Amino acid sequence: MNWEALALTLRLSLFTAAALLVLGLPLAYWIAFSQRRWKFVLQAATSLPLVMPPTVLGFYLLVAFGSSSPLGRLWTAWTGHTLAFTFAGLVVGSILYSLPFAVQPLVNSFLAIDPKLIDASRVLGASRLATFFRVILPLSASGAATAVALSFAHTFGEFGVVLMVGGDIPGVTRTVSIGVFDLVEAGNYAAANTTSLVLLGVSFAILVMVYGWNRGAWPRAPWA
Amino acid sequence: MRSSQVLPENGPPRRARRALLSAAVLLLAWSAGGRSRAGYWGAGTAPLQAFFPTPGAGAARQATAKGAPAGELTISAAADLQFALRAVAEGFERKSGARVRLVLGSSGNLTEQIEHGAPYDLFFSADVEHPERLEREGLIVADSLFVYAEGHLVVFVPKGSPLDFGKQGLAALAEASVRKIAIANPRFAPYGRAAVEALEHAGLYPKLEPRLVLGEDVSQTTQFVVSGNAQAALTAESLMFAPGAQDRGRYWVVPPADYRPLAQAAAIVARSGKQPLARAFLAYLEAPAGQAVLARYGFARPEARR
Repeated sequence: MNWEALALTLRLSLFTAAALLVLGLPLAYWIAFSQRRWKFVLQAATSLPLVMPPTVLGFYLLVAFGSSSPLGRLWTAWTGHTLAFTFAGLVVGSILYSLPFAVQPLVNSFLAIDPKLIDASRVLGASRLATFFRVILPLSASGAATAVALSFAHTFGEFGVVLMVGGDIPGVTRTVSIGVFDLVEAGNYAAANTTSLVLLGVSFAILVMVYGWNRGAWPRAPWA
Repeated sequence: MRSSQVLPENGPPRRARRALLSAAVLLLAWSAGGRSRAGYWGAGTAPLQAFFPTPGAGAARQATAKGAPAGELTISAAADLQFALRAVAEGFERKSGARVRLVLGSSGNLTEQIEHGAPYDLFFSADVEHPERLEREGLIVADSLFVYAEGHLVVFVPKGSPLDFGKQGLAALAEASVRKIAIANPRFAPYGRAAVEALEHAGLYPKLEPRLVLGEDVSQTTQFVVSGNAQAALTAESLMFAPGAQDRGRYWVVPPADYRPLAQAAAIVARSGKQPLARAFLAYLEAPAGQAVLARYGFARPEARR
């Protein structure tokens, strides 16, 4: 078992899940409550990674990171290196790749809140921001937990994007899924099996947690 | 109470289910239409034929092609042969009337696929070890294995790169401006193995190892430079003759004495049902016409034949 790859993958999943919670809350709020006529276009764009091949995303990321794109040149001038083949590059790719897994549960739980509660908060003088943090967010704790868990799990099993922009560097971009791919390519089935079992176990444990949480099988935190 | 928050139980799911159902019905209707129309529009011309190939279609094409050994040949080839073998295949197609399909990948990957019953007729590796492994496993036709060419390792850099390999050799890679060097994964790609050997030979490996990024095969390795993400790649010379390659960068041939020769072997896959056609292809490759194409893509004639 390659512990370095496992630690790296856990770190990548944690960073991505945390970033997606921060980015996902305002995005989901807008999708849930905006009255704009064309908001479904943004909704569709957010869901794109669900149906788009990871190779397409990886390809565009590679081009965007490279020295032929203005964005890539700007980043290189700023940091001295390209985003491809770096941990930061993988985080950027994973955020895009797991976006719907964070936004969708948040939107659903926002929409499930009784609008009367939100209206009451506003009528009683609380600002939009205060209403969000004191009414909407506490009532959506379970949705937020699902969003974090699902984006964590989805990033944990990510493969195509990492293969396209990672460069397979041990300890930096060689995630568990890439490690499995390498082991199979090299014909080392025993090691591939061990690693795959760990990946399978972790992914299953996360999903059991999510579904258990949503069924109310476990006691809730006081704030939930 | 909050179990309903994640998936609201009313309205949307039912609507979604209805939408899914109608989509499925539409798809079914379309596919059924496709089947019946394929014959109506004639084999090969209907675009839907591509989605719903009928078993007889290949045979029909065989019968209409002129020349003796017609049919379709599926060749799995190491990624360094991407352009060279396509050129050879085009010549063979013109001569024989057969059709050739190329499946490209790293030699290790393709070997795995053949071990799991991939339907290839011929296997062109970028080394001798992988075909030999298949020979030991009895998966290739006995005595069909032969060394068809010798590949060369090159350093490929973007067009504006200041590196001067003519003067410094591989040591130019140690310049600070070279942040990432792409090589093929040495664990299963022969050119990756050769790249590591060449760097070790030059005494640069310990110093440059932190800069290495691994491509899945030589194609991806080369493409890391083309996309502007790596400053140099150690890759196959044969890919330098791709259309448009000269516009993207320049290359320097690594002295062949710096790494174990990249002798490349081919063999007929034992499961193939088209062995006469496969033999015809190998004969064409060995003939002057085929060898000339390989030479044009930088492959050397192997010194010793097995």
